[in-house]
Amino acid sequence: MLLNQFLILGAVLFSVGVYGVLARRNGVMVLMSIELMLNAVNINLVVFGVQHGVVSGQVFALFIIAVAAAEVGVGLAIVLLLYRNRTSIDVEDFDLMRG
Amino acid sequence: MFAPQLLGFVSPSINWWALLPQMILLGAALLILLLSSLAPRRSSTTFATVTTLSAAITAYFVSIGLWYDVEREGASSSIASAFGVDGFSIFFTMLILIALAITALLSHHYLDREGIDPPEFHALLLCSAAGAIVMAAANDLVVMFLGLEALSIAIYVMIAMHSRRSEARESAVKYFVLGAFSSAFLLYGIALTYGATGSTNLVHVREYLDAVVFRDQHMLMAAMGLLLVGLSFKVAAAPFHFWAPDVYQGAPSPVTGWMASIAKAAGFAALLRIFFAAFASHDSDWSPVVAVLAFVTLVVGAVMAILQTDVKRMLAFSSISHAGYVLVAVQSASNDGTAAALFYLFTYTLMVLGTFAVVGAMGSDDDHPLTRYAGLGRSKPLIALSLTALLLAQAGVPTTSGFIAKFQVISAAVSNQSYFLAGAAMVTAVIGAFMYLRIIMTMYVVDDDESGPSPVWHWTTSTVVLGTVIFTMVLGLVPQFLIEFAEQAVPILIRG
Repeated sequence: MLLNQFLILGAVLFSVGVYGVLARRNGVMVLMSIELMLNAVNINLVVFGVQHGVVSGQVFALFIIAVAAAEVGVGLAIVLLLYRNRTSIDVEDFDLMRG
Repeated sequence: MFAPQLLGFVSPSINWWALLPQMILLGAALLILLLSSLAPRRSSTTFATVTTLSAAITAYFVSIGLWYDVEREGASSSIASAFGVDGFSIFFTMLILIALAITALLSHHYLDREGIDPPEFHALLLCSAAGAIVMAAANDLVVMFLGLEALSIAIYVMIAMHSRRSEARESAVKYFVLGAFSSAFLLYGIALTYGATGSTNLVHVREYLDAVVFRDQHMLMAAMGLLLVGLSFKVAAAPFHFWAPDVYQGAPSPVTGWMASIAKAAGFAALLRIFFAAFASHDSDWSPVVAVLAFVTLVVGAVMAILQTDVKRMLAFSSISHAGYVLVAVQSASNDGTAAALFYLFTYTLMVLGTFAVVGAMGSDDDHPLTRYAGLGRSKPLIALSLTALLLAQAGVPTTSGFIAKFQVISAAVSNQSYFLAGAAMVTAVIGAFMYLRIIMTMYVVDDDESGPSPVWHWTTSTVVLGTVIFTMVLGLVPQFLIEFAEQAVPILIRG
């Protein structure tokens, strides 16, 4: 089976997500990058599930999809709160606290 | 064609008795939400506080019953080995319930003062506590992840609930991004563990690793590394600590106390269960990495704390250095080390909750400059004395529980022949003491030149402060019962 190709795809997507979280300045883009990281994990889980011949990997992937939806819901709400406050979702502007 | 498979499906037996503590908490959360939405006008804070407190106390009595069950019949696990019922899980359940009761009391006056809706806050607090219990008791990485998310998502909202302050929202967005980021690392680690061992169940993982010798173990190494990175973010271990000062400073003080105590304790519970219990056969691989993390965390926590001028940021770095001590105990990978880590987490939780009780009462959360504490020794001598006791305990002064905790950690490191780390722990304890002494000096020596708004003391806050001080002092003199409790609470992985 083409196990390695899928694992490499997962690793690349995960790295793209990490880069997005660290480098993007737009709050919504950061949220989307986090989603990308979680979906890279889902690919890994499904592939390993197929490799081991059990469905538990796919079941876990479903759990992650549900949790990611809850998480991004809360995340968007928080970004929206900040937008109402500052009319900006640039994460570089969030610098009230220094030390 | 699916019918035979469906008929053959046997649902796993569930030990409902063992799940009762977190079910009580979730039930109380639903009750608070239901009754507060049925009430004709804005519901009172007292109702939410009393419900949370009674849920915590009821669940505590249930977990005492569970403890005697485990002592009599030995550890077990439930729901197809996904949920552990051992001394470890009950130890953390009790710790979380005590912290829940304290946080409920602390937030009582705070919510009224800051105008935060009490029912929602308490419902989230209860969900978060239930998540922490699930995380500490989970024998399966999927269940552990779900517990972690229940704990974290509730905390994101609890931070952001402070409607008037921009700092709180900014703190929420920082904690959210870093929390979700670290969850993704943890999940990647879980996925690779699943790939390497064929299961997410820690009982199975342990049996597999004991039985199989890998030809090349790159995937397992990567899995351990990613799990460690993810959990290091959660417990704020350096170099993954940079979010902690900002988040601790901006969050409402009762929530900061909850994050510093229970989010950290649950993170360490997961760390111990995964690494000490499940990856036990590979301890020569992970123990040196944890030792390096512990050293960096100790140094960063102690040195950076000196540079701060805001009390909440100081306490954030102090909580980072406490994480360093617990990691010193974890890296020894022995039963003694694990017992020392559990003892440390228990005493630290009460100290830090007491400290944040005082900090929360010291006025609004906009900022907490050190100068606000000037002259507290004269204007509020009792409170100043209590804060002094709690800070000295955090510094590890003899006759307090903090000393016994640090002593246990260092002796576990010495018996594991990590002499360098033990020495580093002692040196950083001295450096760290400077920061605590600076707060104490400000209270007693510096004159109060600006007369700001005087802090208002509600009896619930005073009760919490008094209780944590008494506990800290008594445990410094007679620590034996908690030491024995911690020794019986080492995690065990048992099938079925």
